[in-house]
Amino acid sequence: MNSIDPTTMWIVIVGMAVGSFVLRFVFIGFVGDRPLPPWLLRHLRYTAVAILPALIAPLVVWPAATGGQPDLPRTSAATVALVVGLLTKNVIAAIFSGAATLYGLLYLMG
Amino acid sequence: MAFTTSNSFYWKGFRDGSPFVLVAIPFGTLFGVLATEAGLNIVQTMTFTATVFAGAAQFTALQLLQEETPTLIVLASALAVNLRVAMYSAALTPYLGGAPLWQRSVAAYFVVDQSYACSTVQFEKEPDMTVPQRMAYFFGSISPIAPLWYLCTYLGAVLGTQIPDSWALDFALPVTFLAMLGPMLRTLPHMIAALVAIVVALLTTVVPYNLGLLIAGCIGMMAGAQAEVMLDRRKAQA
Repeated sequence: MNSIDPTTMWIVIVGMAVGSFVLRFVFIGFVGDRPLPPWLLRHLRYTAVAILPALIAPLVVWPAATGGQPDLPRTSAATVALVVGLLTKNVIAAIFSGAATLYGLLYLMG
Repeated sequence: MAFTTSNSFYWKGFRDGSPFVLVAIPFGTLFGVLATEAGLNIVQTMTFTATVFAGAAQFTALQLLQEETPTLIVLASALAVNLRVAMYSAALTPYLGGAPLWQRSVAAYFVVDQSYACSTVQFEKEPDMTVPQRMAYFFGSISPIAPLWYLCTYLGAVLGTQIPDSWALDFALPVTFLAMLGPMLRTLPHMIAALVAIVVALLTTVVPYNLGLLIAGCIGMMAGAQAEVMLDRRKAQA
């Protein structure tokens, strides 16, 4: 991992602070009571479920900690976290089962 | 008295929001730890967490910055992760749009997964609530979460550098995000969106500047929306 340049970091902080507020304010502030086009709402509905796994998938398949080699503890932990989340709808339960799987297997495989 | 009833709705919101501290505590701590490990100082970490106030987007920015992604792409990708708060803002607008502008501005800052989730359930359940009562409930729902989020980020940032490699914190982010993803996959279109995004993300890792993330996110989003239209059409025909 490389260290982050402070100027870059501050640009990102300010940009995200402004950008995030605009995203939150745009409807509740500017649009007020006017209705929104259904196609827009339909796309917005799927942003989180598309972009979160897109960010994670490469990190699971090619983990940085192992030099990009897929490994059993990490792949298993990812699978367990996802499946437990799907079945129980409980984020905390999913995090703890995933973490337990990761640590358990890392310990067993020494 | 309007004040008294608003007050009771504030505390109802507070109670409904309380279980989510179980997410805010580990998530905030993790952000503090990872930010410090990435080389951010306390001022940067705390400014970041207090002004942006969106865990998933903050983690995304951090990850991409460490991969030396160009600044504009970092911003675009992290804000894309945050597009869902625009959807929450849109969903809350019919209920809160009548409030004074200053209240709506403050409320906008606090639009997150938890306040949105509590509020829409409550506002649908009791459609007779007045706008001040809804505002009181909304602020109540975020009140137990926000202070703990800041505090835990701080504690994580202080602890950060003392955590050994054997804790495999590199994988805390994937596990946490996948855990969040599971409950979001409520319908077939949601699953299609996620699946398409994963496949495209894996195929586009060769694209420079981590642009693959934006490409995969957009295509996944369109796949979900398209799947929804097709399923609705089939239902209408049946």
